[in-house]
Amino acid sequence: MSMATATVQPVERENYLNKHYGAGSWLFTTDHKRIALLYLISITLFFFIGGFFALLIRLELLTPAGDLVQADTYNKLFTQHGMVMVFFFLIPSIPAVLGNFLVPMMIGAKDLAFPRINLLSWYLYIIGGAMMIHCMLTGGVDTGWTFYTPFSTAFTNTKIVEAGLAIFVAGFSSILTGLNFVVTIHRMRAPGMTWSRLPLFIWAHYATSIIQILGTPVIAITIVLVAAERALHLGIFDPKLGGDPLLFQHLFWFYSHPAVYIMILPSMGVVTEIIACFSRKRIFGYSFVAFSSIAIAVFGFLVWAHHMFVAGISVYAALIFSLLSYAVAVPSAVKVFNWTATLYKGSIHYDAPMLYAFGFLGLFTMGGLTGLFLAALGINVHVTDTYFVVAHFHYIMVGGALMGYLGGMHFWWPKISGKLYPESWARLAALIVFIGFNLTFFPQFILGYLGMPRRYYQYPAEFQVLNVLSTAGATVLGVGYLLPMVYFLWSMRYGKPAPPNPWNAAGLEWMTPSPPTTFNFEQEPIVTWEAYNYDEIDAGHKQEAHVVG
Amino acid sequence: MFDNFPLWPSQASSAAGNVDALFIFLLIVSGMMTLLIFTAVVYFAARYRHRKGVLAEQIEGSTPLELTWSIIPMGVFMVIFAWGAVVYFKSRTPPRDSTEVYVVAKQWMWKLEHAEGQREINELHVPVGRDVKLIMTSQDVIHSFYVPAFRMKQDVLPGRYTVAWFHATKPGTYHLFCAEYCGTQHSGMIGSIVVQEPAEYEAWMSGGTSGPLSATGEKIFAELGCVTCHRTDTQGRGPNLQGVFGKPVLLEDGRTVTADENYIRESILDPGAKVVNGFKPVMPTFQGLVSEEQLNALVAYVKSLAPAGPAGAKTAMAAPQPGAQGKGSQVQ
Repeated sequence: MSMATATVQPVERENYLNKHYGAGSWLFTTDHKRIALLYLISITLFFFIGGFFALLIRLELLTPAGDLVQADTYNKLFTQHGMVMVFFFLIPSIPAVLGNFLVPMMIGAKDLAFPRINLLSWYLYIIGGAMMIHCMLTGGVDTGWTFYTPFSTAFTNTKIVEAGLAIFVAGFSSILTGLNFVVTIHRMRAPGMTWSRLPLFIWAHYATSIIQILGTPVIAITIVLVAAERALHLGIFDPKLGGDPLLFQHLFWFYSHPAVYIMILPSMGVVTEIIACFSRKRIFGYSFVAFSSIAIAVFGFLVWAHHMFVAGISVYAALIFSLLSYAVAVPSAVKVFNWTATLYKGSIHYDAPMLYAFGFLGLFTMGGLTGLFLAALGINVHVTDTYFVVAHFHYIMVGGALMGYLGGMHFWWPKISGKLYPESWARLAALIVFIGFNLTFFPQFILGYLGMPRRYYQYPAEFQVLNVLSTAGATVLGVGYLLPMVYFLWSMRYGKPAPPNPWNAAGLEWMTPSPPTTFNFEQEPIVTWEAYNYDEIDAGHKQEAHVVG
Repeated sequence: MFDNFPLWPSQASSAAGNVDALFIFLLIVSGMMTLLIFTAVVYFAARYRHRKGVLAEQIEGSTPLELTWSIIPMGVFMVIFAWGAVVYFKSRTPPRDSTEVYVVAKQWMWKLEHAEGQREINELHVPVGRDVKLIMTSQDVIHSFYVPAFRMKQDVLPGRYTVAWFHATKPGTYHLFCAEYCGTQHSGMIGSIVVQEPAEYEAWMSGGTSGPLSATGEKIFAELGCVTCHRTDTQGRGPNLQGVFGKPVLLEDGRTVTADENYIRESILDPGAKVVNGFKPVMPTFQGLVSEEQLNALVAYVKSLAPAGPAGAKTAMAAPQPGAQGKGSQVQ
């Protein structure tokens, strides 16, 4: 090749990233892939804000005395860490980024059913996020992310109404995304893409969307009631005004327990795709994995009062909610067993996405099993509102949901960016995250059983050693999270161009170029194969042949 | 040895052993499940790692296997559930002849008042080997009374009583924590439970006091003029309170409620809510006129009017315990 041709920029193939340029082409886009990237940038920002709060919390807890920040500041730190991470990172994370990008592609559609509503969702998220940032910069909130009444309505003088409205607005973003997914999955599947051929990622997002649509309005109503009591002194939750503080807890957890499944179900979907691909196998027990997602979504709505076993509910109500909590554990266990069985007689590759999936499997299993402790009434009395709970839900929400998100980001990064990330760095990061995570949160189980309450700014000296371990782990974990951020950005400029299907993976999204064109498929694909047809792929069948329709 | 690095909390109540036994059972069960899953994952991952030219063997799934790994865990879960329920039920049911202590929580301190009249702040003296029942309320936000060494925790709510109990088994001083986030000094709302040998405790109890709580209540009852309507005969405008506590009361609207602590409390603060059959709703509210401490004294006084003296309190305890809490949630 002559120098001349090497210096001339090769004509780049047109794709969704380079089709239009300029801020306007991003801010007014209705392309689900571009909106996914808008979400990716925004939730990453919130992730690092929330992570910064977490770092300050861990630094304060390095010593038993309250010495780094003021007590009120500490209370705002854990409150805002929770609010930012739950409402502005975890809930949108997989659905709004990977779901947005992949749901249409996986079912063979050009876009979501309502592209403009999709853009509206992002704007609502940004408005909510801006309100949240404004609230934090101008005073913040100190109620804990749980907003318990009557503290939130009558006793704190921080910015409850503003924070509540931020979550209220962002909630509609979540509802609209869910609505969009449900309609898209029902109406826009390509010919031949039957329900039983859907990737399990889609099933997981379908179940998630149902929770988003049915659950989120309840938290919206609850926030309005809190604001009404705080601003207008309507007696709803405050006993001094004739209200009932437990009513608030029922309403709050009616959404906020299912919200945990909004975070974990999509992650389960991601992990299912990864395990199938890197074991080169059809997922074991496809229909059981699919229906367990639906079962989790349904049962997830019936267990909320297990957050209230010592709150003053009747013993008999507690018995029923404990029983139902064990019922919701079964479909989760079924998933774990099916993933494990999928490995059997597979042909297993250890690429970074699979390492994250292994990490997910280990951490989610531990998170799930410690859930059995908390659902046991007799033990719950001792460990609820202690670090045992903190450790448990971080194993689910960080060990589970976040590991899945990172695994998915690595798995689909070549498709999203058109570039390959550096594999050995990615494996190293996965290892660092896994070690850092366990070092941070495992000691908290012991702290909790010893009796250290959560949301403590200062603590008795006997808890220090475990707290130091936890803070050390958090530092390692922080490095583990920064690494992917750095090499993903690096790869956008310096990474090798990605082929259409770098993993030889099954699924329609891999039959498009990397990065895909604006409308994903040249022609509408016709699906004639089952999901996870790794036998055909590895036997050398060219799927592209089927695509031409 | 592990003074600065304990790995197990001290056991100082009759409940502690029960909770720990179930906890250890769960550690074993979940340890086995973890081992099973981790071994399988690690073994499969190593045994079936990718080799050139070796293809994965496609397996569709297996309904018998799915049923096995649904039903067996469900069975194990039911054992845990039942065991947990038994431990919980016990911890929520105060024995009949418990010593009573009234607890008033506020931002950010614990006020404790013994039925015998001793008052303490952030410290509670109790004798070893006796059942102690806590009748708790909050002056402001929700708090939670948590004694890790007793494996005991109960939220303390404004506007109603919640009840907890314990039976200390080992002398010593133990942490009392507030476990429900309650504002700025939440982590400073800590105190101690001092468990003493009976003789030591009696010596402590003989210290200065203004008399039993019920006597204080009797004084307030007279000062507020309650006595003019709630007479000890049948001529009063309000019901005769002699022997009422712990008994079912027929209401104007036909319902029957048990006269427990929450009912007495509500009748003082919101007299119109549950009017006794045959009486007119003429009683004024005392909301804002009596402090939580005075309210506790009045409740203690009404309880002392039960026919057989303190035994009356025992009958109250015989009522299904959830009453104290379950009823509480219905009050509103």
